[in-house]
Amino acid sequence: MAEQPTSTPLAPEPRTGPADAISVRDVTRVYQRPRTSLRRPSPPVHALRGVSFGIPQGQRFGIVGESGCGKSTLLRIMAGLDRPTSGGVAIDGRDITGLRERRLKFVRERLQLVFQDPMSSLDPRMRVGDIVAEPLVAQGHGNRRERVAELLEAVGLRADAADRYPHQFSGGQRQRISIARALAPRPKIIVADEPVSALDVSVRAQVLNLIADLVDELSLTLVFVSHDLSVVRHVCDRVAVMHAGQIVETGSTEQVYEDPRHSYTRRLIAAVPTLGKALSGVSAADLNRE
Amino acid sequence: MTPAPETGPAAAAHDDVLAVRNLDVTVGGRKLVEDVGFTIRAGERVGLIGESGSGKSLTALSVLGLLPEGLRASGSVRLAGVGHDLVGADEARMSRVRGKEIAMVFQEPMTALNPTMRVGRQIAEVLLIHRTRPDRASARAAAVELLAQVGLPDPEAAARAYPHQFSGGQRQRVVLAIALANDPALLVCDEPTTALDVTVQARVLDLIVRGVQDRRSALLFITHDLAVVATACERVMVMYGGRLVESGPVHEVFTHPRHRYTQGLIGASDLTVVDGRGRLATIRGSVPPAGRFPAGCVFRNRCDHATDVCATRPKWIPTGPDSGYACFHPVPGSGAHGTGAPTNQEAGRG
Ligand SMILES: Nc1ncnc2c1ncn2[C@@H]1O[C@H](COP(=O)(O)OP(=O)(O)OP(=O)(O)O)[C@@H](O)[C@H]1O
Ligand SMILES: Nc1ncnc2c1ncn2[C@@H]1O[C@H](COP(=O)(O)OP(=O)(O)O)[C@@H](O)[C@H]1O
Ligand code: SF4
Ligand SMILES: [Mg+2]
Ligand SMILES: [Mg+2]
Repeated sequence: MAEQPTSTPLAPEPRTGPADAISVRDVTRVYQRPRTSLRRPSPPVHALRGVSFGIPQGQRFGIVGESGCGKSTLLRIMAGLDRPTSGGVAIDGRDITGLRERRLKFVRERLQLVFQDPMSSLDPRMRVGDIVAEPLVAQGHGNRRERVAELLEAVGLRADAADRYPHQFSGGQRQRISIARALAPRPKIIVADEPVSALDVSVRAQVLNLIADLVDELSLTLVFVSHDLSVVRHVCDRVAVMHAGQIVETGSTEQVYEDPRHSYTRRLIAAVPTLGKALSGVSAADLNRE
Repeated sequence: MTPAPETGPAAAAHDDVLAVRNLDVTVGGRKLVEDVGFTIRAGERVGLIGESGSGKSLTALSVLGLLPEGLRASGSVRLAGVGHDLVGADEARMSRVRGKEIAMVFQEPMTALNPTMRVGRQIAEVLLIHRTRPDRASARAAAVELLAQVGLPDPEAAARAYPHQFSGGQRQRVVLAIALANDPALLVCDEPTTALDVTVQARVLDLIVRGVQDRRSALLFITHDLAVVATACERVMVMYGGRLVESGPVHEVFTHPRHRYTQGLIGASDLTVVDGRGRLATIRGSVPPAGRFPAGCVFRNRCDHATDVCATRPKWIPTGPDSGYACFHPVPGSGAHGTGAPTNQEAGRG
């Protein structure tokens, strides 16, 4: 099988810099869970344990790790939807960690989220047009109908999709709808949490191409979370590998994929089934070996 | 090469565990699955792939006698050692077969688990119901042993726990323990690892393959993930629009696909090959809803190779005892089989 590099390795860069779209400084997040026993309190969950990195404008940055390692917790904090227990996050150099909800308006304009499961993130009782326009309403934009039509076309749907409901669309089309909604306020940063993990391979390819087209055309900064390093390798320039609330390795995706330094990264790569590996004799037992 | 029957890849052999023939699934007047036929031999691991909405789950549910209300199966589904056809069998008969000769694992483990019963007891129940263990004590011991086999760290403690106390991957292992409890002749898995992350998927896949190998059980493994099928199975069947469109050994189908749909799926799966702009190969359009597939070749409205003849139904072209395809303009063969485009053109009535 022909192997082609899908991104060019970047020169090493400072971990954080003034031009960064997003910078994350030593972020921790401890969840206190409700008591389940009368005798002793539940132990706190250390979901993030000192995470730092910077994402320059225009970069496609991947975060990869297994279920429960803290990926979604980190994204919520980066988007200002949750606060770190300690540490800070800056968007375009502006610290967002101390801001109150009202003052986070600029984060909503700069940064938008796309989630894994388009069905549960789209309100089934709302028409698609209203779903896509939602961020515009919140920000008091005028001329919404035209903008909605333009957005639907940008993600490969017909403008008349606006009058229908989410359940009338397939999984891939629903993910296009959530991407259109995210693009509505013309953000410069898109943060996507497992956006293709629930999709068929053929639809996955279509949605990944759409994301790549939009990132190029609109010069977006992309943060892309996945448990599958082979997807991140295709999409992203750089990657951070997370394990148990910490980043264990970062680098250009090619370098991390081809020459992983951390044993956890090696295990993550080994676990990915590919056609090429399977046809050269890699068995299920081999995937499960560290 | 053995001559294959006209109707499809359903050559009968003595060690067949499962033989499906002319299976249709209909709702109202609409066909959701059409003329599906295949066999699975003892201990053989067979994958069933295709995009969402292709009819994979309905095929599996027909085999298990679990079609939802309102859907009707016709045709024949025979299981070795069971004296009656599974199509049309009443629930009393099916419940003696299910969990014993044939067992299943679905995508969502909670559909198979009782949230209010300890998991050890749930495993013991399937052993007692089918009388494979004489009494509660030995069934309980066997349940703990099964939990150990699916790799749960402290099987004694696991047996006493409730389903909500496990993670998604661990729950799927409990379901697998239940499915394997009675050493079924056939295990049917429908997207068992689709909701799991890659590391947990690797563990569950390993357990499924080892579980069926240790018992010489046959496996029907359904997924849309080609790499997973290639890793776990020996043979693969490709489904689209409610029909089987190609079938054959994994290595052959994935290295030399013949049907244009199979070719498209393989292209879209490969994240390492991109075009000049860095974009992945795709299959254009999307899977139509049931009843809205084109007449003739069901893939016609998405196929770059379609011609007028494709408006008629392509015949099944056998290329081996368990392999073949149904396409008028197949990907040129590698030479191994000698049946190429001309044969298909002749087969076409257009
Ligand atoms: N609201 C909460 N209260 C308590 N614990 C939580 C909460 N949200 C998350 N956690 C815990 O924090 C850890 C990190 O969770 P997070 O959702 O960030 O993981 P993730 O990497 O996104 O996983 P997945 O791949 O499954 O989405 C986990 O141990 C999780 O159980
Ligand atoms: N209970 C049902 N009633 C009507 N149509 C159904 C029902 N279940 C499935 N279908 C339709 O049958 C087709 C095949 O479905 P399914 O077997 O679930 O596909 P797959 O498992 O390949 O994704 C789809 O078009 C689906 O919408
Ligand atoms: S029969 Fe025709 S339309 Fe169908 S896959 Fe083959 S070439 Fe394409
Ligand atoms: Mg998450
Ligand atoms: Mg299905």
